[in-house]
Amino acid sequence: MLKLAVVAHKDDNVATTVKDLSKGENVLVDIFGTEKNIMLKEDIPFGHKFAIKDIKKGEEIFKYGEEIGQATQDIKEGEYVHVHNVVSERGRGDLEVDAK
Amino acid sequence: MKLEGYRREDGKVGIRNHLLIIPASVCASEVAKAISERVNGAVYIPNQHGCCQIGPDLELTTKVLVNFGKNPNVGAALVVGLGCEGVPTKKVSEEIAKTGKMVDYVVIQENKGTVNTIAVGVKKAREMAEKLSLMKKEEIDISEITIGIECGGSDTTSGLASNPAVGYVSDKLVDLNGTSIFSETTEFIGAEHILAKRARNEEVAQKIMKIVLDCEKKANTMGVDLRSGQPTPGNIEGGLTTIEEKSLGCIYKGGTRTIEDVLAYGDMPSGKGLYIMDTPGQDIESITGMLAGGAVLIIFTTGRGTPTGSAIAPVIKVCGNPESYERMKDNIDVNAGTIIDGTKTISDVGEEIYSQMLEVINGKFTKAESLNHREFGIYKMISTF
Repeated sequence: MLKLAVVAHKDDNVATTVKDLSKGENVLVDIFGTEKNIMLKEDIPFGHKFAIKDIKKGEEIFKYGEEIGQATQDIKEGEYVHVHNVVSERGRGDLEVDAK
Repeated sequence: MKLEGYRREDGKVGIRNHLLIIPASVCASEVAKAISERVNGAVYIPNQHGCCQIGPDLELTTKVLVNFGKNPNVGAALVVGLGCEGVPTKKVSEEIAKTGKMVDYVVIQENKGTVNTIAVGVKKAREMAEKLSLMKKEEIDISEITIGIECGGSDTTSGLASNPAVGYVSDKLVDLNGTSIFSETTEFIGAEHILAKRARNEEVAQKIMKIVLDCEKKANTMGVDLRSGQPTPGNIEGGLTTIEEKSLGCIYKGGTRTIEDVLAYGDMPSGKGLYIMDTPGQDIESITGMLAGGAVLIIFTTGRGTPTGSAIAPVIKVCGNPESYERMKDNIDVNAGTIIDGTKTISDVGEEIYSQMLEVINGKFTKAESLNHREFGIYKMISTF
């Protein structure tokens, strides 16, 4: 079976799609030996990410087992994870300006 | 495969035999271009700088021009100056001459302007081109090769496919006692701790942490979110959400071996093995830095597809996105999208890139070479004055 999405590390809370996937689609992801069936709550374009577990606002997004940013709102399993609900924590000159 | 290349007077090995026409400044670029167009085998670099630069910026431009001339893929060089610019034309020529290769220079203000300077330059360049045509390739060893590794137009396939496959090639080259340089400090932000663990010693680890911190500080002085420029709009469209995610994917291109040292922009490694060069994430400036550092070949990974090449070195393009590969076959040499669609493994594609690299070393044109892609750009710290 062709892969639909990839989980890069066992500690990750997101998967990356390798096909355009649609809302309502059931995706089987292999989380390092543990298979999990996830129902997509939104369309996820090729190469983009969805949550493989519930993520609370303020929690870290993990990919490659590393922090890639922070959730700006609660994200449910199967929801799209991208710039609309994740912020970077690096190179934030804007925050330095706000702090002054 | 038996490898062949050009053994230079300074012992370095080149895989191409270019006659490089070097404009000392932007003011001399058009004349340099005209000379290169008249002479078989000549290439030129569109230098946008070299005048009204101060301090470290002036030194950097001068160093890059000198080191481009010293690159082992350059068999001979002609430096073209206006005469009043900050970069000293004669000195650039003398520095390059220390390698023992043929070098000459011509100055526009000393030669009655454009028309006569072109005539004088073409005469000098033609004589060098004739001598270059007589140079013979010799047998070389893979351990004499230095490559530069670049990624650009990245998307999420870069970190999952093309970068790990190129990392495999870098590891293999390093194991065979060759030299590999990877760069793009901006794209270490969020992944620097992983690289620091691979440093040869604590001093090198500190250097890695410092260049990344300095880069982030510099971006922060603009008072904006780095995301207005990094990841780029195309990166974001391709699924990359933050610079951290981009960086974590980017660093796979440097493989897994020990990092021997951190090189300043345009500096040459002092030994063999794997090196980091401190460059911006902007592709052209990054590649220019690594070529000044002595790389004779660039392996360039992409997800969105990009046409970039160089006047003095072959650039092998590897794409991890199967759709981009189909769309931009004109520009891409290796399809690493086979990793994404599950038909090949990272090491399969790594071997494919490695064998392509050997062919390219022996003279096969890459797509960028056959399409005359000759991008060039020197990194600048501050404005001109």
